[in-house]
Amino acid sequence: MMKKIAHLIKSFMLWELLKGLAVTLRYLFSRKLTVQYPEERAPMSPRFRGLHAQRRYANGEERCIACKLCEAVCPALAITIDVAERADGSRRTTRYDIDLFKCIYCGFCEEACPVDAIVETHIYEYHFEEKGTQIMTKDKLLAIGDKYETEIAANKAADAKYR
Amino acid sequence: MMIEFIPDWLIVFWNWFPVDIQTVLIILGKIVLILLPLLLSVAYVTYAERKVIGAMQVRIGPNRVGFFGFRLWGLGQPIADTLKLMMKEVVLPTKANKFLFLTAPVLSIAPALAAWAVIPFDRGMALTEINAGLLYVLALTSIGVYGVIIAGWASNSKYAMLSALRAGAQIVAYEIAMGFALVGVLMASGSLNLGDIVEAQAGGFENWFAWPLLPLFFVYFISGVAETNRAPFDVAEGESEIVAGFHVEYSGMAFAIFFLAEYANIILISALTSLMFLGGWLSPFENAAFAQGTFLAETSLLWFVGKISFFIFVFFWLRATFPRYRYDQIMRLGWKVFIPVTIVWLVVEAVMFVAKVGPWAV
Repeated sequence: MMKKIAHLIKSFMLWELLKGLAVTLRYLFSRKLTVQYPEERAPMSPRFRGLHAQRRYANGEERCIACKLCEAVCPALAITIDVAERADGSRRTTRYDIDLFKCIYCGFCEEACPVDAIVETHIYEYHFEEKGTQIMTKDKLLAIGDKYETEIAANKAADAKYR
Repeated sequence: MMIEFIPDWLIVFWNWFPVDIQTVLIILGKIVLILLPLLLSVAYVTYAERKVIGAMQVRIGPNRVGFFGFRLWGLGQPIADTLKLMMKEVVLPTKANKFLFLTAPVLSIAPALAAWAVIPFDRGMALTEINAGLLYVLALTSIGVYGVIIAGWASNSKYAMLSALRAGAQIVAYEIAMGFALVGVLMASGSLNLGDIVEAQAGGFENWFAWPLLPLFFVYFISGVAETNRAPFDVAEGESEIVAGFHVEYSGMAFAIFFLAEYANIILISALTSLMFLGGWLSPFENAAFAQGTFLAETSLLWFVGKISFFIFVFFWLRATFPRYRYDQIMRLGWKVFIPVTIVWLVVEAVMFVAKVGPWAV
């Protein structure tokens, strides 16, 4: 009975509600956590999985040996590879397409690759304006790899001890 | 006076009008003087709401759209929003009742604006000082529900229909508690004239009706929140279950008018609460020693605007804090808590009045 009356008085004093209001009032004056995107950016892990790239060795030879492990592991079937023997007798790809509309950026291709040829870079601001441009061909992938090789290598080195 | 600065030809031109036309022109001028700042403040109340709720959620809120290349903390946001809504097409749903569909927004904004006719902004500063001001306000605020119900019915949409029914039942329930709370105010002041009600609270904040009528004050404000369909009583909009309620089918300017009406109603409820319980334009420090001789002791529009701003802030604060009530809880609160509380307090007030205690101790 006493408990019931106490509860009644408490609810008529709006006690719990005022407590809730006090919490929100405290947050009104707290420091804001918003990251204002184009000027400020959130920190990024070396493992970040963004746009794909294909790497080369230091002597300019492409790393990819057309083993097709990435094509096999790809859960979204985004990778298409055609293979042929090159003039010097080595096994190389004649076609290496990644459909970015299918890709789910899981990073399995990167993990499956025995020679670290296909990698996912930290690039995440990109778009397509025409139909068909979402297919990343071998040339495009190699171009990205050439452009960002130092950063890719640094990220790989930073992550190496956990792989 | 201002008269000296007006050129002679204008005065001659003015006197050329018949007296009746002059009266009409003066009234129209006053209406413009009330409505323009009101609509402008509605626009900026939406901005303030986004900023306040953003801050309470540890965000910044809109801060990009400014003027002439300057950001100015996002002050251009409401203007950009308005422009966007004006450019958008008003989509008429198939099989909707076109006449009612387009009438509903008008029915919802008209009472929200018309109620301002009797609100006194300062001593004698009102469009009309009618003796039944309180009744007029009560009547007009209850008409607002027609806009919601008609919008819900005319949309030919299940969600809109459900929302209209909810809103109808909810507003009827809280209307009664609100009316009873106002009965307490008119018992205390002995007048239905809003100006007289404020004058009855003269003499500093200790004479405000909020103290002897504290339960009625809370009941009135909370019912006001329910009446305007704002969180935590916004089951009529209920994004999670009925999308956006009665205005799901509205777009462009028709939607903007509903939006305008909602915020005009928020300002109206805030203004009424401050007039009836916090002494409207009266200074809280009228008799305080430290304020004598300064503007703090004088009655002014600023006090009124300050009190309104406080209540508008409380609206946002409630929205940022509380989750939505369940529908049956809203009904229980309205019928089984608020109405008994107001009736009990009316009896208590009557006893205080007869026994001459509290503010009636003269």
